Amino acid sequence: MLNRYPIWKNLFIVAVVAFGFYYAAPNLYTPDPALQIGGASGSQAITQASLERAGQALKSEGIDFFGEELQEGGKTALLRLRDREQQLRAQAIVARELGDDFIVALNLAPTTPDWLADGGAQPMKLGLDLSGGVHFKLEVDVDAATQRRIEMYEAGIKRGLREERIRGMVALDGTQVVLRFRDEASREAARRVVYDLYPELLLDRVDEESSWLLFAQLTEQTIAEVIDYAVSQNLTTIRNRVNELGVSEPLVQRQGSNRIVVELPGIQDTAEAKRILGKVANLEFRLVAQTNAPVTDKQKFEYRDESRAGMTEWLERDVIISGERVSGANASFDQNGQPAVLINLDSEGGMLMSRATRNNIKRRMGVLFIERKYRTRYQRDEQGVEAAIRVPYDEKKLLTAPVIQSALGAQFQITGLDSPAEASELALMLRAGALAAPINFVEERTVGPSLGAENIALGVKSVQIGLGLVVLFMVLYYRVFGVAAVVALSVNLVLLVALMSLLGATLTLPGIAGIVLTVGMAVDANVLIFARIREELANRISPQMAIHAGFERAVATILDANITTLIVAIILYAVGTGPIKGFAVTLSLGILTSMFTAILGTRALINFIYGGRRVDSLSIGRLPKPVDGLIVDRQAVEGESA
Amino acid sequence: MNILPFMKWRSIAALFSGLAMVVALASLFVQQLNWGLDFTGGTLVEVEYGDTADLNAIRSTLDSQGYAGAVVVSFGTDRDVLVRLPQGFSDEDGVTMVDVLRDASPTEIELRRIEFVGPQVGDELREQGGLAMLLALGLVMLYVGFRFQFKFAVGAVVALAHDVLFVLGFFSLAGIEFDLTVLAALLAVIGYSLNDTIVVADRIRENFRKLRRIAPIEVINVSLTETLGRTLVTSLTTLLVLLALALFGGEMIHGFALALLVGVAVGTYSSIYVSATTLLAMGVSKEDVAIPIKEGVESDELQP
Repeated sequence: MLNRYPIWKNLFIVAVVAFGFYYAAPNLYTPDPALQIGGASGSQAITQASLERAGQALKSEGIDFFGEELQEGGKTALLRLRDREQQLRAQAIVARELGDDFIVALNLAPTTPDWLADGGAQPMKLGLDLSGGVHFKLEVDVDAATQRRIEMYEAGIKRGLREERIRGMVALDGTQVVLRFRDEASREAARRVVYDLYPELLLDRVDEESSWLLFAQLTEQTIAEVIDYAVSQNLTTIRNRVNELGVSEPLVQRQGSNRIVVELPGIQDTAEAKRILGKVANLEFRLVAQTNAPVTDKQKFEYRDESRAGMTEWLERDVIISGERVSGANASFDQNGQPAVLINLDSEGGMLMSRATRNNIKRRMGVLFIERKYRTRYQRDEQGVEAAIRVPYDEKKLLTAPVIQSALGAQFQITGLDSPAEASELALMLRAGALAAPINFVEERTVGPSLGAENIALGVKSVQIGLGLVVLFMVLYYRVFGVAAVVALSVNLVLLVALMSLLGATLTLPGIAGIVLTVGMAVDANVLIFARIREELANRISPQMAIHAGFERAVATILDANITTLIVAIILYAVGTGPIKGFAVTLSLGILTSMFTAILGTRALINFIYGGRRVDSLSIGRLPKPVDGLIVDRQAVEGESA
Repeated sequence: MNILPFMKWRSIAALFSGLAMVVALASLFVQQLNWGLDFTGGTLVEVEYGDTADLNAIRSTLDSQGYAGAVVVSFGTDRDVLVRLPQGFSDEDGVTMVDVLRDASPTEIELRRIEFVGPQVGDELREQGGLAMLLALGLVMLYVGFRFQFKFAVGAVVALAHDVLFVLGFFSLAGIEFDLTVLAALLAVIGYSLNDTIVVADRIRENFRKLRRIAPIEVINVSLTETLGRTLVTSLTTLLVLLALALFGGEMIHGFALALLVGVAVGTYSSIYVSATTLLAMGVSKEDVAIPIKEGVESDELQP
């Protein structure tokens, strides 16, 4: 029968709508301001007792809290507050009570009820422009990284020629190493040496008057590797440091070839954040002290690794070399196929290392990882106001202490590791401690919490007003059909919110604008259909036929119009960053959901209202008069609808 | 209903569009765009004072503290102050400037936002933005050419370029800041205007196939008349929500809403006059949109 959907189609629509409501629902529950407490180091667990101490401290300061619980088996704990205004004060109080072993972060704890959370429904994430916080864009100084690599090659080549007793001059020229020889035979010998040492270099022979030159250059691929290495090294270090900042949901992400984006929701103190992000870790190589060494000559250090927590080692006070001499560290395999870490030093470092190890074979050498950390002290000033003072100190912990098997030079291996995973972890830490390629802050945005809250309020208000105006217009202009369109439009909004929540998309201010725009444009599909139905009615076609033909004929137009808009939205997503991406996501999702609701949803409603019965007239507003004086090719019309 | 003779006025419309394009180009050339922070780089600080802010006092404070070239304006309300530092100040300066303002101010100051954009980021963005625009136009042309016909693709792209240039010219003439959100709005305008153009093109194609013994100019007039209702209703609803956004969405979204308002208005106009006029100028005819005849059985029936 005309204008009746089969039962499965109606059920499908109902199912989709129910799904939409279910996954959109968590956004109705406003999150609680909360404190998230975590251990300063991975091994530091939180006990019920320390959580109670925090609670006592808050109680004595008159701050209301509830719902305190341990999470992830005691790795973190959550404490919900009643009043958002008190969040910062509460953080200071708890931080003071628990001391430096714990990190107290501001958090917004979702209040999603269990019946929603069990199905994986979660509220949308808010972008920084809505939640407040800091956004950094860092750029890794790629030129410096390349320069350091070429210097390493230069040193290596010099050493290689010396060992092979080939006479010639080696010099740096920009990003290439120039070797100059007196005769061709030396150059050929040198070429073989360089090729054996560094097969990745591009070698080029040039003959000049009485001198034979050899240019060694970095290939594009090597440069790309150097950049990649420098960026991933910085990425690791920054990830480690962000955790110290006490941010509940930080984002550290690589962007493009040499940029890193860091987003820290809730953070206001950018200076502090930059100090921690920009600080440099370091390494120290020292011999393990002999048992009979006097205490004044040695120091005791703990292992950094959690699996060896509590174990200590005595090291000599003398430092062989520190991190700035390390030019690279990579996980590899030794000649027996066992996991190993290959370490490269610069020439100065190689010399120092060889001098120190020559006479100490079979002794052990410790590698210390040094991090700048802060201790918080509380002091009262003249007015008796208590202020927190952060005192920096260096934390030195032992990474590894292998036995020296032979005299070491500029390149050596640490072997005897248990697994490739351990090797790559160690290489990562060595790289993090080696002088990292310098980073610059190229973009920085701070949004205060009040501005964020205001942006949300304004956004919600414009969605409401915009939607209200459209609803009013549609109902007045299209009557019953307008009501159907408005219902579909509202379901469209619900579906859009549900999809965004489900995909974990971030809602930004331009994203809200995208939603508003979707509201305006989503009715377009309905307008197209209704205009068609009106035209058909004006041509004296029966109401049921008009509904049928109106929907059928408008669909192709709607598809064409929306697919092209989708193309634009996808380009926007590919090119844009941050908030613009948010806009592109809402726009594309909005197009998809609006096609569903406008075509299938409205049709189902109209079918429900008018379908399958005798209808004399449709409540769709004023009909247009048909255009006069046209000769219509019936065959063409039928050919099209077929 | 009478056919509205849209195309009768096409030379006037062409004159108007041509003039608008010349003005827009001239303005873009002479006055250029008032690039926002996203594109120029620099530092921007928004603070809220406890009471009405004395802009002159703030200016002299900043001058004396070595923030030469700082532009101080009020933003939204008279308590909100926006300070823009030119390129050359480091990423630290925004934070220290807030402290300077805080020390000099008699009332409480609340930091609303700080934005710092390095010079390299801005240049890249401008390049990427232009590229995105061209890419969008190119892909759209390809799709329309594939779905309709080459002449329709040209008509659509000419209309889109017209709209983009119009909005750019508007922003340049009015000296309104052109930031990243405006760029996004411009791409959305492409999407919207395209939507309109395609609906009209769809009807033109249909009528070319359906109507007999009628000149192309009349086919276009009929199509435009038939789609006019829909064109106006959709534009109206979109303009309604954009108006809500422009009036109630706050300062940060204002440029975005404005760009779309102008874009949607001109997009509606261009789908009627620019793309249709271009189609006529290229001599669009029934043959251009004929349903391709399948070889074999059906061709036999066409024998006279």
